[in-house]
Amino acid sequence: MGYFLLRRTISFILTLFVVSAVVFAVMNILPGDPALTILGLDATEDALAALREELSLNDPIMLRYLHWVWDALRGDFGISHSFRVPVADLVAERLPLTISLAFSGMLLTIILALALGISAAANHRMSGDWGVMFLSQLGIALPAFWLSILLVMLFAVKLRWLPPGGFPGYSEPWAAVRALILPTVALALVQSAVLARVTRSSALEVMRLDYIRTARAIGFSRQRVLWRHVLPNALIPIVTIVGLQFAALVTGTIVIENVFYLPGLGRLIFQSIANRDLPLVQALVMLFAAIVVTANFIVDLLYLVIDPRLKTRS
Amino acid sequence: MTFHLNRHWIPIAIIAVSAAISPTVASAETSIVIGFQQEPTSLDPTADATASIDGMLAQNVYESLTTVNEEGEVKPQLAESWTVSDDGLTYVFDLVDGATFHDGTGFDAEDVVFSFNRAMDEDSVNPTKKLFKPIESVLATDAGTIEIKLKQTDAFFLFNMAQGDASIVAPESFETNNATPVGTGPFKYESWTRGDKLILTKNADHRNAGSVALDRVEFKFISDAAAASAALLSEEIDAFPGFPAPELLPQFDADPRFNVVVGSTEGEVILAMNNSEPPFNDLRVRKAITHAFDRGEIIEGAMYGSAVPIGSFYPPHGPAYVDLTGTYPHDTGKAKALFAEAGVAGSTMTLRVPPFPYATRSAEIVQAQLAEAGIDAKVENVEWGFWIDEIYKKKNYEMTIIAHTSPNDLGNFARGPKYFYGYDDADYNDLWARISSEVDPEARNSLLKEAQKYLADQAVHGFLFQLPQLGVYKTGVDGFWPSRAVLFQPLAGVTMN
Repeated sequence: MGYFLLRRTISFILTLFVVSAVVFAVMNILPGDPALTILGLDATEDALAALREELSLNDPIMLRYLHWVWDALRGDFGISHSFRVPVADLVAERLPLTISLAFSGMLLTIILALALGISAAANHRMSGDWGVMFLSQLGIALPAFWLSILLVMLFAVKLRWLPPGGFPGYSEPWAAVRALILPTVALALVQSAVLARVTRSSALEVMRLDYIRTARAIGFSRQRVLWRHVLPNALIPIVTIVGLQFAALVTGTIVIENVFYLPGLGRLIFQSIANRDLPLVQALVMLFAAIVVTANFIVDLLYLVIDPRLKTRS
Repeated sequence: MTFHLNRHWIPIAIIAVSAAISPTVASAETSIVIGFQQEPTSLDPTADATASIDGMLAQNVYESLTTVNEEGEVKPQLAESWTVSDDGLTYVFDLVDGATFHDGTGFDAEDVVFSFNRAMDEDSVNPTKKLFKPIESVLATDAGTIEIKLKQTDAFFLFNMAQGDASIVAPESFETNNATPVGTGPFKYESWTRGDKLILTKNADHRNAGSVALDRVEFKFISDAAAASAALLSEEIDAFPGFPAPELLPQFDADPRFNVVVGSTEGEVILAMNNSEPPFNDLRVRKAITHAFDRGEIIEGAMYGSAVPIGSFYPPHGPAYVDLTGTYPHDTGKAKALFAEAGVAGSTMTLRVPPFPYATRSAEIVQAQLAEAGIDAKVENVEWGFWIDEIYKKKNYEMTIIAHTSPNDLGNFARGPKYFYGYDDADYNDLWARISSEVDPEARNSLLKEAQKYLADQAVHGFLFQLPQLGVYKTGVDGFWPSRAVLFQPLAGVTMN
């Protein structure tokens, strides 16, 4: 277990290191000029030169990278080129929204997928199964942004039940929850379609096994067998997919935040790349990478919980 | 209801504005939510070119020495009056009494000197530093008087001094204006949730506070066109002065809850050609391209009919406008003959397009029209950062489509061969020098006409259409300028019923 953790921590640090180097290199190869983006097309040469000096864009790239690494190691992620405020402040402002969106999306995904997937497996080759299969096929095929627009048209414009977008802030908890409902649903519907299929096929595989038949033969109820015996044994592939999906959900917020004009990290990363705001892009990509790596790590830990065989082996 | 704005609407607009100015103090708080597509990263118009900073804050939170009205005429602001010496080189501004900055610090001539020196300084990062180029010196002769000496006469000086780039800021607060703007204007900054909204409140201490109808202004940032439309339809926002999607306008037009106002911006949309590179250094090729496209079809297809065609580089609502759309009219046969004569018939040209709907949509139609004239145009959609670097800075392109939104930008053609036009013409440079130093409006307008004609004859670029300003307003919202000669929109005249 200790060895496992150590190995994971080292690979975590290495991953972030590689990501930071790649982002730095890509942002430098990418055509673009932060000074010109900020000052616009009417800017004079001397004003551009003054700004480049101010943002220390004239230093050699290796020097800038080493500077960045040195500062980042001490927890200083620099000043955003375009916002001119510390990157850490910008991220801290936006992180809570994106995290709540990703978690609520994940939660809804899991609830929907397990309910639909298990019930489809239980009704294998019956109309319920076909229905779930059809809906999930549709869900996989639908682009999230298009689904979002449809949801807004129906629930915000036509029925006026929910706001079409925006976020009032956590100082108004009820309004904040209302604002997150549609984005959460839009995020979860597509993801749960994928997960429901995995749940169904994994559950079907387990249902074919002898001990399930035995459990039924003993006289356990259908429900009890499904939730107490089939589901726990079908979890490994489900958890693997959930881990991957969490990463997809976090990045999926980029699209969703644009459609619902939510002030989260997704919109920030979009804007920072457009502005060639290197310190901000760097910090955000690192953060996303850290989230993905952490999600994978948690999945690995969960394997140990779900599958006692792994524990005895290590 | 759609107002297609042209000249005879202007008196009506003036009535609307003056009606708005008359004191209508409502008992309840009057609050407006205004949608903006472009979200700024800074709130300082003197250090960042983002147009929405001026759109929201110039002449609202910040004020300049002068201002500009809807027709583009210069009006007093922080300078209540001024005199110009006979040689046109010395301006003496008399400053208003009783103006204070929102943080309580007083406003006087020293703030003006500070703001100008900061913009003109060697380390200045002012996005339009060239506005200050003609200035020789700025002097506070007493607390209420400023004397500005110019190196050469400048026809646009008073107009330029009204812009957000020339906002008067205080030495006590200028460093934090990027996040918490402090000005002298009729509205003061309250809060900014980056990525979401910016809130201003009425400045009760402003000298004209009595005539300001709005108590609270919320700007909401919505970049996605479908989301903007949904926000309007569900009445989350009251006004969207720069609505991004012309194709969605009929829906608002048919809805009695909304007014649709189609006006004009300062943005000339051009099919820019790299004049320094073959084949575009050949006048015949440039003429052929102008003959090849059909402006009516482009406007119909790209802007759903909501735009005015242009034949040169000057807005149709401007005082010196001449209609030159007939210089090289749409004629595929003539285009083919000219392409053949220049030896480029049947060749391939690339069209690199920035990610703006007006540009990408126009590009598809131009491509089809060039194909009819036997030219295979390859359309490459590029990202904005790429456009800025490759096309604008490195001039690495053949053709592109772009809107030039600055006022008085006929000078672009005199920016020399290094500018991305690649256009260098001594006669034109000379003409522009005469325009910018001519202070007599009549004489200047006739020179401006001459310049328009010169550029149209030279077919420097394909001049397509004037970028429209598409406004969607809730019924009862009044006082927004349908067309603007500047980037800002004063909210002091906006009312809600």
